[in-house]
Amino acid sequence: MAAKRSADAKPEWQLRLYIAGNTARSAAALQNLKHVCETHLAGRYSIEVIDLLVNPTLAAGDQILAVPTLVRKFPEPIRKIIGDLSNEERVLVGLDVRPLPQ
Amino acid sequence: MRKTNEPKPRSQENGAIAKTLTGIFGLDEITGGGLPRGRPTLVCGAAGCGKTMLAAEFLVHGAVDFDEPGVFMMFEETAAELTENMRSLGFDLDRLQRQKRISLDYVRVERSEIEETGEYDLDGLFIRLGHAIDSIKAKRVVLDTVEALFAGVPNHAILRSELRRLFRWLKDKGVTAVITGERGESTFTRYGLEEYVADCVILLDQRIADQISTRRLRIVKYRGSPHGTNEYPFLIGAKGVSVLPITSLSLDHEASAERISTGIAGLDQMLGERGFYRGSSVLVSGSPGTGKSSIAASFVNAACERGEKALLFAYEESQNQVLRNMRSIGLDLQHWVKKGLLRIESTRPTLHGLEQHLVRIYELVRAWKPEVVAVDPISNLTSEREDAGLKLTLMRLIDFLKTQGVTALFTSLTSDGGPMVVATSEMGVSSLMDSWLLLANVAHNGERTRTLQVLKSRGMPHSNQVREFVFSDRGVDLIDVYLFGDQVLTGTARLAHEAQVIATTDLQSKDHARRLRDLANRRKALDAQIAALKMEAEARASEVEFQIERERFEAAGVQTRAKRIANTRGHADNSRRKR
Repeated sequence: MAAKRSADAKPEWQLRLYIAGNTARSAAALQNLKHVCETHLAGRYSIEVIDLLVNPTLAAGDQILAVPTLVRKFPEPIRKIIGDLSNEERVLVGLDVRPLPQ
Repeated sequence: MRKTNEPKPRSQENGAIAKTLTGIFGLDEITGGGLPRGRPTLVCGAAGCGKTMLAAEFLVHGAVDFDEPGVFMMFEETAAELTENMRSLGFDLDRLQRQKRISLDYVRVERSEIEETGEYDLDGLFIRLGHAIDSIKAKRVVLDTVEALFAGVPNHAILRSELRRLFRWLKDKGVTAVITGERGESTFTRYGLEEYVADCVILLDQRIADQISTRRLRIVKYRGSPHGTNEYPFLIGAKGVSVLPITSLSLDHEASAERISTGIAGLDQMLGERGFYRGSSVLVSGSPGTGKSSIAASFVNAACERGEKALLFAYEESQNQVLRNMRSIGLDLQHWVKKGLLRIESTRPTLHGLEQHLVRIYELVRAWKPEVVAVDPISNLTSEREDAGLKLTLMRLIDFLKTQGVTALFTSLTSDGGPMVVATSEMGVSSLMDSWLLLANVAHNGERTRTLQVLKSRGMPHSNQVREFVFSDRGVDLIDVYLFGDQVLTGTARLAHEAQVIATTDLQSKDHARRLRDLANRRKALDAQIAALKMEAEARASEVEFQIERERFEAAGVQTRAKRIANTRGHADNSRRKR
């Protein structure tokens, strides 16, 4: 427990969500993401939403193919989760976040 | 398939589908003008077939030659790797990228980084590609190879529907796309991309026969257009991909009426006094040591003397060796080389495969534009077994040279077995040639004589005789055929007979002189006789005249005397009558 806390204290979770326009899927993804973060990473995360329709050049940087894509910029290594993030368990596995004990 | 192979000719002519030139040598020819414009084309083949190279060249030619910018989206190589690879072929992708004529985009698909949850689509890819296309106003797009997505995107159902949407979208964008795909077990591509790209499918293949690999290209389908259906060998040479059509689709090269010398006076004479036609192909076949190379050298030498450029491919000797050996028969090729009129290309035939030699010849002929090409010998380019390959290669070469208006001479080594054996062994290639010279050694009476005959020469009268062929330090020449009775004499027999004839004629001329002298003498004697007779006749005549004169004089004297007597008597008579 103590070990985990010290590990958590240092980094902030930097997340980036790529979407393409304000579609229902994008909205769902953002909502799902917020929910997961609030539940498991409250106060320790930041979310940046990038709309590729507005900034198409940014797609190359993170090698985005699918939308929506969630990129865990930090902590490294970079992880990507594609889809509308509807499955909370998969999102946690993808972000490598250990769920808080119930 | 069958339907696409039988296009309606009328619709072809009127509403032929628009095509985009690839700029790849040979490919535009067999596709009848390039790839379908504004549609995707699938290029498939196993690893190492040259898919990427073909696609990249399509893009670079578009950007450089046709003013059509292009986007290269790669899924396997990085942009730096591709740039590096293409630089070895002389394409500077960096510069083209700076000039905004080409856009390179490397899409990295890393399965281990990706987790999926819920629904998604590939709009990210679309946006990237769309942005790249719009930013340089691209007309061409390459996706190399989109199948990598199957490894990275776990949900194949989504991927497939997205790919279908992608190809549709590319069509709507109006870009001409080349999509590469890895060859599958029984399908053209491993993931069945041909299902989505239905307009044009090009299959690349690499085959190894007798340890020599040949790349081949086949157009599997081309909707709405006729196309060559054969397998065409292609190569990745120093200047990129070249497809070699087995034969030109048409036989419509110009036929020149101009004649050029063979470099051997006697041979010109045999060919209707004027030598070969310009732009024709000549085969010189013969067994070892019959003088094939010397004929080739004479031919090249004659071209240089006319001030033309000549290219000699020597597959048996090095340049220095050629120069030295030809000097021994009085052909100074060295100074043509120095003058820049002659180029000798010496390579070992085993250095390359047949196709590669061909491409080397192509490249040199196109770059250097010689008027005359000699290949010495073609038979070395291939082993006996691959006769079919040689024939096809030659056909292509001859077609190519003819369209370039180059006069070509090929020598061919045949086994020493008389003209009949040669004729059958060269059956394959001889029909392609316009003129065919056969050199043979005739061993007779303890010596060997080189002979030359013209087996065929299209479009000109030519001698049917077998001529003797001699080397001297003043070059090669043919000796006029020496007929004695009903046989042709060669070598020593000819010399002996010639000497004999000279002796006989010498003797004869002496005899003639003697007879003429004799005649003159006799004429003199006769003349003297005639003179003597004349004098005699004259003497006689004057004698006769004298006698006649004397007789006449005497007769006149008698008459006067008689008159005088009558006068004296007349008086007496008158007196008597009076009484």
